[in-house]
Amino acid sequence: MGFSILGLAWRSLMNRRGSALLTILAVALSVALFLGVDKVRNGARAGFDNTISGTDLIVGAPTGQINLLLYSVFRLGSATAEISWDTYEAIDGRDDIAWTIPLSLGDNHRGFRVVGTNESYFEHYKHGGGTALRLTEGELFSDIYQAVIGADVAEELDYTIGSEIVLTHGLGAGGLTDHEDKPFIVTGVLAKTGTPVDRSIHIPLEGVTAIHVGWESGTRSPFADTISEEMIRGFDLTPKSITAVFVGLEQRGTLLRTQRALNTQGGEPLLAIIPGVALGELWQVTGIVERALIAVSVFVIAVGLVSVLTSILTSLNERRREMAILRATGARPGHIFFLMVAEAAMLGLCGAIAGVLLVQLGLLIAGPILSSAYGISIGGLGISALDGWTVLAVFAAATLIGTIPAVMALRRSLADGLTVKL
Amino acid sequence: MTKPPVIDLNDLRFAWQDGPTLLDIPEFRVETGERVFLRGPSGSGKSTLLGLIAGVLEPQSGKVEVLGYDMTALSGPRRDALRADRLGVIFQMFNLVPYLSLVQNVTLPCRFSSARRAAAGGEGKLNKEAVRLLSRLGLSGDRLLARPVTELSVGQQQRVAVARALIGGPDLIIADEPTSALDADARDRFIELLNEEAGRSGSALLFVSHDASLAGHFDRSVDLSEINRAKGGV
Repeated sequence: MGFSILGLAWRSLMNRRGSALLTILAVALSVALFLGVDKVRNGARAGFDNTISGTDLIVGAPTGQINLLLYSVFRLGSATAEISWDTYEAIDGRDDIAWTIPLSLGDNHRGFRVVGTNESYFEHYKHGGGTALRLTEGELFSDIYQAVIGADVAEELDYTIGSEIVLTHGLGAGGLTDHEDKPFIVTGVLAKTGTPVDRSIHIPLEGVTAIHVGWESGTRSPFADTISEEMIRGFDLTPKSITAVFVGLEQRGTLLRTQRALNTQGGEPLLAIIPGVALGELWQVTGIVERALIAVSVFVIAVGLVSVLTSILTSLNERRREMAILRATGARPGHIFFLMVAEAAMLGLCGAIAGVLLVQLGLLIAGPILSSAYGISIGGLGISALDGWTVLAVFAAATLIGTIPAVMALRRSLADGLTVKL
Repeated sequence: MTKPPVIDLNDLRFAWQDGPTLLDIPEFRVETGERVFLRGPSGSGKSTLLGLIAGVLEPQSGKVEVLGYDMTALSGPRRDALRADRLGVIFQMFNLVPYLSLVQNVTLPCRFSSARRAAAGGEGKLNKEAVRLLSRLGLSGDRLLARPVTELSVGQQQRVAVARALIGGPDLIIADEPTSALDADARDRFIELLNEEAGRSGSALLFVSHDASLAGHFDRSVDLSEINRAKGGV
């Protein structure tokens, strides 16, 4: 067959390829927006959900549970208050608690968060469904002035075993007050996890205390320079307070009881949260925004489909002659109808497929940026079922919309007969 | 048994919606293989009559028989099928589908009708038949055939239209002012070619024009005002 009616529709579109391409582009962009929003949303969720696993409770000073989750796990924002070391020891000593990870946050190195902790962190912190942290080179810290860095830190700052790190007090990138008098030596580099761990610098809790000797007032005291490393090593470097504690229970069955016990214990007020519950609350908050975005992008798809309609309707007038020729050479009304619907369907289909490809291309290009800047892991964001359904839905909608110009062309060609004169 | 007339009109009446009666034709016939010239001024209803014969319009009353089929009794799709199978149509101008090649334009009727396709030699020989017809009409050479149809001269376009009307040897070719855009020389040659090829394929020809000077080329010449009683046309 030299060409079919579909071939005719295709050739007709190619004859108007300028406007057809613009229409396809409009549909493609609208589909790409819709799918892009969804993929980033899923990527963010998957990334967040994968960040912490195996930790039953997170304990910190009283604040909102989302806030505690964000600063302790995701290293976003900062703590407003700390909990005392005595309280931490009391938590760690409880019978129903198997292990704890103390965390001391608040320092920073060239935009990367510094996490004061102990060996327990490397033993018990799990991500992505139970994967433990793993060293790619070197070993864990064993001395005050040593650091274990995340994969992104090593890569972006080009650090390796033996590199010296000067820590910044506070969280701003390139803070005003560097602890340059007390550099840390990198002893280990962690494997990539796709979590905020990649962007963290881990030092011993004692190290955090040590760099703040002489800084008790919050600024560098005039005597700071006079304190030598040997003197510091002579001090008791047990921290006075820490920021948060990750808790693992002996038995998960006691989860709610332990949570309540921590929340209502006498002495220092505490907030104990269940990570999954806090995440759920976070998704509830972001869900409103997500739904709004999805709604907007669905409307944008509708606009894209309207542009299909517009492009075909505007072509109808100049094509009356074409329709008359087709009728005269034996085209039945059904052929004319099918021709118009096929054109709309092709525009919709090409646009939708181009949109899917556009998103994949976008992920290919923007993926590394999303991953490093926002911790949004885009692994597993390949072609999904939603992509297929979207293509199908846009194709169906375009076909449906195509019946409008099809009916118009049909009526006109029936009324015009063979007599259209230009 | 004698073949039925190609066209047989009886007491045909037609008016556009809410308009006066445009056509009121007691009788008009075209016999098999006959080449008839139908003359009439613009607006006299010539094209409308062709629409009725081609089965794209329906009369208010009366009978339109084409090739023995009562067009008013046939369903729309059957009329379309008859037109696709056995009629060739040539317009005044802009006969061609701009996005199809010369050969694709010529084979267009075969896309809508399997009978026409078979009559033209079947699927495998369609393009060859189209090329043969085009070359008989003086359109040959790969370079010419490869050109977009919109770049052809009007005369060439009209000859492509003739080839399209001729493909598959239809029983009737209707031509609506096909020469009005051609100069005198081209016009006479065009009519000669059309007549010759219609004769070769045994097709009857109904040629409509306002130009009475063309009448000499045909077997018979009819003035629309002679057969049409309605005066409301103009």
